[in-house]
Amino acid sequence: MKASIRKIVTILDETHSEMGQPVAPAIRRAAAVAVIANPFAGKYQPDLSELIEIGEELGDLLGRHALKALGIEGEAVQGYGKAAAVGEDGEYEHAAAILHPKLGAPLRKLLGKAPALIPSSKKRGSLGVMLDVPLGHKAGAYVRSHFDGMEVRIPDAPRAGEIVVAVALTSGGRPLPRVGGLTHDEVKGEDGLR
Amino acid sequence: MPEIAVRKYSVTVEEIFHEGGPAVATPLKRGAAVAVIANPFAGRYVEDIQGFMEDLKPLGLAMAQRLLAAMGGDVKAIEGYGKGSIVGAAGELEHGALWHVPGGYAMRELLGDAKSIVPSTKKVGGPGTRLDIPVTHVNASYVRSHFDAFEIGVTDAPKADELLFALVMTTGSRIHARVGGLKASEIKGEDGLR
Repeated sequence: MKASIRKIVTILDETHSEMGQPVAPAIRRAAAVAVIANPFAGKYQPDLSELIEIGEELGDLLGRHALKALGIEGEAVQGYGKAAAVGEDGEYEHAAAILHPKLGAPLRKLLGKAPALIPSSKKRGSLGVMLDVPLGHKAGAYVRSHFDGMEVRIPDAPRAGEIVVAVALTSGGRPLPRVGGLTHDEVKGEDGLR
Repeated sequence: MPEIAVRKYSVTVEEIFHEGGPAVATPLKRGAAVAVIANPFAGRYVEDIQGFMEDLKPLGLAMAQRLLAAMGGDVKAIEGYGKGSIVGAAGELEHGALWHVPGGYAMRELLGDAKSIVPSTKKVGGPGTRLDIPVTHVNASYVRSHFDAFEIGVTDAPKADELLFALVMTTGSRIHARVGGLKASEIKGEDGLR
């Protein structure tokens, strides 16, 4: 491992009813979150390749953890998202280096056909900072029922020299979707959009 | 359908000069417009809610105009965007999804032929809840330098029977963007992706 991992936290949420209406089967959303050391804390480092490689490693590792928590086959995953929070001695761009160049490919490999952009967010913050992981459908970014978000928070991270990295996977969209638009069943899954 | 009852607007603009690396001559601007409105569906399950999306369009446009004005008023300067919603405790996650159509409409109406999907996230939460709004390039979702996010929140909102809607715009890439990928100068601008 290139990443020096302090801990991995996995969160599973299952929604069985919403506003008094039953949701069956329950919608499952899992986030796997790693707290890692930031190799570039406290200095301006022009070349971020080390973090890019850590991102590749975490795409696979966190993807597997989240999948295991969901308890379904990769092909059955419908939605995904990713996010990172950099501790105060790090730079915003460190989150970008982990998330964007290489994290996606190994994650997609676990999930069957997943051509859609993986929605993402990032921030810099202190211990216990809240991350909202945006969620979208893995095969068609315009599937309206799957526009969602999952909140992730680790009370003791990131410390100043750490980075929190989260990958979220879901078994479905929002519990009671009824604002129209493209649906899961209509996705062609060719261009990643529709 | 019910009238839109706005309790408050909030507009925030950040100007960023550097983040430990070389300072830029023109600061990056990142801004958000937030509206807090009454949730006409709070406290009960309402099956048919779609008509409210049309009702929200003028609000969306007014918010986009406020935001653009706060960011200097130049449509051409806006390079990134995003949107999000927070539903008060007596509402349902799906009420937050009502923002997809009017929020997207507002940005496109103002920015001309912006081609990318407007990235988004949502949650249910109490007063003071924060939300990380994902941001991407307005014409090509895969422009790596423009993957960004902006945290919003209003101390006293949303109350249980309120909805908080937000729009975010940025004037450029992350301040020290250097993790490669598709550049804004390389966009073809046909499919909204590249």
